[in-house]
Amino acid sequence: MSESVAAPRPITVSLSEIEDDSPSAMSCGRIGMFCLIIAESAIFAIFVVAYVFYLGRSLSGPTPRDVLEVPVVNTICLLSSSATISMAVRSLRKGQKKRFVAWWSATLVLGIEFLVGTGLEWRHLIQDAGLTISTNLFGTTYFSLVGLHAAHVLVGLALLLVVLLLSLSKAVGTEHADRVEVLALYWHFVDVIWVVVFTVVYLVGR
Amino acid sequence: MKPASIQATVGSRDYSVKERSEQPSSVAAIVHSWITTVDHKRLGIMYLMFAMLFLGIGGVEAMLIRLQLAKPDSHLVGPETFNRLFTLHGTTMIFLAAMPFVFGFGNFLIPLMIGARDLAFPRLNAFGFWLTVFGGLLLYYSLIGGEGMAGAGSAPDVGWFAYSPLTARAFSKGHSTDYWILGVMVGGFGSIATAINLITSILCLRCPGMTLMKMPLLAWLYLVVSGMVLLAIGPLTAAQIMLLLDRYLGSHFFDVQAGGSAVLWMHFFWIFGHPEVYVLVLPAFAFASEIIPVFSRKAIFGYPAMVAATVAIGFVGLSVWAHHMFAVGMSAISNTFFAISTMMVAVPTGIKIFNWIGTMWGGRIRYATPMLFSLAFLIQFLIAGLTGIMLSAAPFDWQLTDSYFVVAHFHYVIVGAIVFMIFAAVYYWYPKATGRMLDERLGRWHFILFLVGFHLTFDTMHLPGVLGMPRRIYAYGAERGWGTLNLICTVGAVVQGAATLIFVLNVVRSLRTGVIAGNDPWDAWTLEWSTSSPPPEYNFSTVPKVKSRRPLWDLKHPDDPDSHYE
Amino acid sequence: MNPKIMGEASGPASRRCWWFANSGIRRLLWTIALLCGRSAHASNVLEKGGSTSIFAPASPPAHLIAGLAHFVLLVAGGIFAVVAGLIIYAAIRFRHRPGDDDSWEPAQVYGSESVELAWTIVPVVIVTILALTTARVIQEIQNPSRPANALDVQVIGHQFWWEIRYPKYGIVTANELHVPVGELSDRQPTFLDLRSADVVHSFWVPRLAGKTDLVPGHPNVMWIEPEKAGLYLGQCAEYCGTQHSLMLIRVYADSPKDFVRWVEEQKAGLAESSNVAAGRHVFESYACINCHNVAGTAGSGHFGPDLTHLMSRATLGAGAVPNTYSNLRAWIKDPGQFKPGVLMPAMNLGEGEIDSLVAYLSTLK
Repeated sequence: MSESVAAPRPITVSLSEIEDDSPSAMSCGRIGMFCLIIAESAIFAIFVVAYVFYLGRSLSGPTPRDVLEVPVVNTICLLSSSATISMAVRSLRKGQKKRFVAWWSATLVLGIEFLVGTGLEWRHLIQDAGLTISTNLFGTTYFSLVGLHAAHVLVGLALLLVVLLLSLSKAVGTEHADRVEVLALYWHFVDVIWVVVFTVVYLVGR
Repeated sequence: MKPASIQATVGSRDYSVKERSEQPSSVAAIVHSWITTVDHKRLGIMYLMFAMLFLGIGGVEAMLIRLQLAKPDSHLVGPETFNRLFTLHGTTMIFLAAMPFVFGFGNFLIPLMIGARDLAFPRLNAFGFWLTVFGGLLLYYSLIGGEGMAGAGSAPDVGWFAYSPLTARAFSKGHSTDYWILGVMVGGFGSIATAINLITSILCLRCPGMTLMKMPLLAWLYLVVSGMVLLAIGPLTAAQIMLLLDRYLGSHFFDVQAGGSAVLWMHFFWIFGHPEVYVLVLPAFAFASEIIPVFSRKAIFGYPAMVAATVAIGFVGLSVWAHHMFAVGMSAISNTFFAISTMMVAVPTGIKIFNWIGTMWGGRIRYATPMLFSLAFLIQFLIAGLTGIMLSAAPFDWQLTDSYFVVAHFHYVIVGAIVFMIFAAVYYWYPKATGRMLDERLGRWHFILFLVGFHLTFDTMHLPGVLGMPRRIYAYGAERGWGTLNLICTVGAVVQGAATLIFVLNVVRSLRTGVIAGNDPWDAWTLEWSTSSPPPEYNFSTVPKVKSRRPLWDLKHPDDPDSHYE
Repeated sequence: MNPKIMGEASGPASRRCWWFANSGIRRLLWTIALLCGRSAHASNVLEKGGSTSIFAPASPPAHLIAGLAHFVLLVAGGIFAVVAGLIIYAAIRFRHRPGDDDSWEPAQVYGSESVELAWTIVPVVIVTILALTTARVIQEIQNPSRPANALDVQVIGHQFWWEIRYPKYGIVTANELHVPVGELSDRQPTFLDLRSADVVHSFWVPRLAGKTDLVPGHPNVMWIEPEKAGLYLGQCAEYCGTQHSLMLIRVYADSPKDFVRWVEEQKAGLAESSNVAAGRHVFESYACINCHNVAGTAGSGHFGPDLTHLMSRATLGAGAVPNTYSNLRAWIKDPGQFKPGVLMPAMNLGEGEIDSLVAYLSTLK
């Protein structure tokens, strides 16, 4: 088809005349993850808007003040996990693989604690307080918002687990630090969302 | 000149091209190579073929709608079928035709225009495409799967914006609404994936020398489009999740009996829906900004203003959504706010038209088929914008909304601006993608017929709206005085259908019999025209380095390059 | 430089450009004709009450909107004339002509600060004027003054009919709205309280006002004030399900005397004669009473229209068919033949039962 056409002419100019504003601190992976974070934030924002809009509008059933207890331990665990994952990435960059595995596992454990704690809270709400997603507007908005966040924690944990298994089979090295940091970025996003959810649900909304 | 085995290194990746003898030969092998491809050019072409297919299917739906409405008291199709037809027509055209056209062109063109080898995440690219395909299959599976309300086929019939509480379990029994939700949601994930890819590529993979203010306007427009996709699809996904929870877990997001709000769905939907239409129209602007300069033989007039206007449209466009809800009963203050914000967005949009005129001014315009479509686009988009201004005056909108006037308005934008520029873009870049020109004579026939059909239908369509004909009605009495006007609209639809068939014939035939294009049949100036037609898998044999917005102009006019002026 | 451009256009291009000018001019003329409402057809339809043109306003909100519309159309027309004129001029004047020397390109103009500033400022000014005008009309329509003798009517949207209540008079009817025509010195607007029993509907009688939605859980208020007696037609303007198309509304503007008479008729109890007792028995013993209310009978359902004054209405099924004996008979037998998807089921009555039932219903004036 195109064999008869001359080879494409390269376009060259001397290097000194070139302006270059390609981002240096930003790799493709990081920019991509930031874009994903923006898209996810838009989804969460709508659930937060629904939560706030429906505050005080339930026609019946338990109110936040009646049944919600501030999940202090869960929150401390999840927010600490941001610190541990940062430490993990730093260790990996320095080539300290054993420390990396230790900090990474700590992150996983803290994340699992958060999920278990949320599960226990839900069990209390459903069985003891009689609050489900279909009870009233509060139940609807509460379980969907916290549930959406918990689902994102779950996905994050699954990915963290994959990396842990890979590192245990010695497949993760310093050269992967950038990619691991992109995953850590996702984890930080999950934490920031929790700060927002926590504030709206347990502080402002109660 | 056969490339033996070429090693090209971009960034940290190595690419090697298959030898000629390694190219797939059997049909199965060819199909397999297309299905498993991660090459942006092939994915782009597949997006476009998918879009063409669903443009046709949506067109058949439109034809049935127009045939039913052609005369009063018609019984060609009953109300249930008609309601499914307009729901499918809208959903198909927006999500399965227009969006894939947008992403198809973006996929094919962006890496070539920024001097890159592929998009940033080729596998994510393929994933996004196949998600879109799956979404389409899911939506259309509704015709044969699940239980329906009234017999054969249970396609959704809730309108493409699926207002609550019509979509509640109580009013939409069976699974037709669920197919709408899931098909669109899955496609939405595909769109987000592609948007992430496009933004990352544009920010990260531009060739040396191509600063943001030196990249083609198409890249800027697609950057803003992708940003809007990231912000706008989320609200739709969120609302659809809420609707699914309402329908299956008994939640009360839109359940009025429990204190929920039907208006909340409208807000969430239109927070998506309005930016969505900018997502669809900005690529049309992108094509115009590349095609009009080349055929006028002049640089685009006012590049920085065009960039500023694009970004302004992106931001302001996120704040106008409730102009779709003027009749819902919002307060006077809310109505006034959204009327003003909507009028404001007309300013940067209008500026773009002036810049295109400025590009043509003093030029030497050649009317090849791409330019014919672009010229029609200019006038038609002007008219569409003006009827948009009419709709932005909220009290006027209280008469015009939900009538055939607004149907005429948005078809003027979607067909008169977007589809016309899609045609222009196909005629312009088909040579690059296939190595062959489309036939000019067939192109002219396609243009004239489509132009006539378009105006017959959509100019006329404003009038029934003004005469009180609401939208989404399957029949009307003879005494209403709408019969003749509707008949004219239908005739125009038939003409547009015929024109589109000519277009498809042209596309298919020219693959074999088209004139060989060469690298640069239009004497253009952006990077894609510097490589072969079709481009090799790696796009460029050496990484291009640029000094201005029109690198090929600089090459062709070494005594007078752009870099001396801007 | 040898431009390898395919497909030159010279002569034909100018003819094509005239086509654009023509379609634009033609459309402008059509609109002007409509605005003047001069066509004979339009005025005939007007007199029969059938016209639903937004440019034949007969009530202050519709007048205000038509006034704003004229202004916006004028501005839009002016913008179109100027900008389309520039496009067409440029398209013709700067086209490539066959004898042109193709060895050089035209002067490359990259922009012009003054020109670009001008064409930014002018649109901003135009938009400001439009915005201020629009804001004023929004205010006038949405926050009107309310005279003491304004009439209040409740309109409740159903799939696929309108329930209409006059709280002050205790009247309940369906699909037809009677309002008084006020005088200049004694205005009597009607304020409509709009609600919905199921999904979103929209009340649109173009000659009287813009449309306002009926949203469940979100009551809305609109007002109309017909200035001439007569019939004003409208229909539901928000897709509400299968039979959205056949949810017509008839607004009868009555002179004050006629209105008082109509109110009395509606308030009057039933005037039934004994020879329709059989029909009344059919009505009360079958499922009819579950959905329909007839004052003074066992029927107190609210899912379907109130039938107490069924015979005072011009149509059946919210405008589906005229209210005649044979249509009523056929409707009861199978409403779906006139309005497929209607929520009233076919009643499966025997022929004799239908005869006596219709005889009974025919007395409900």
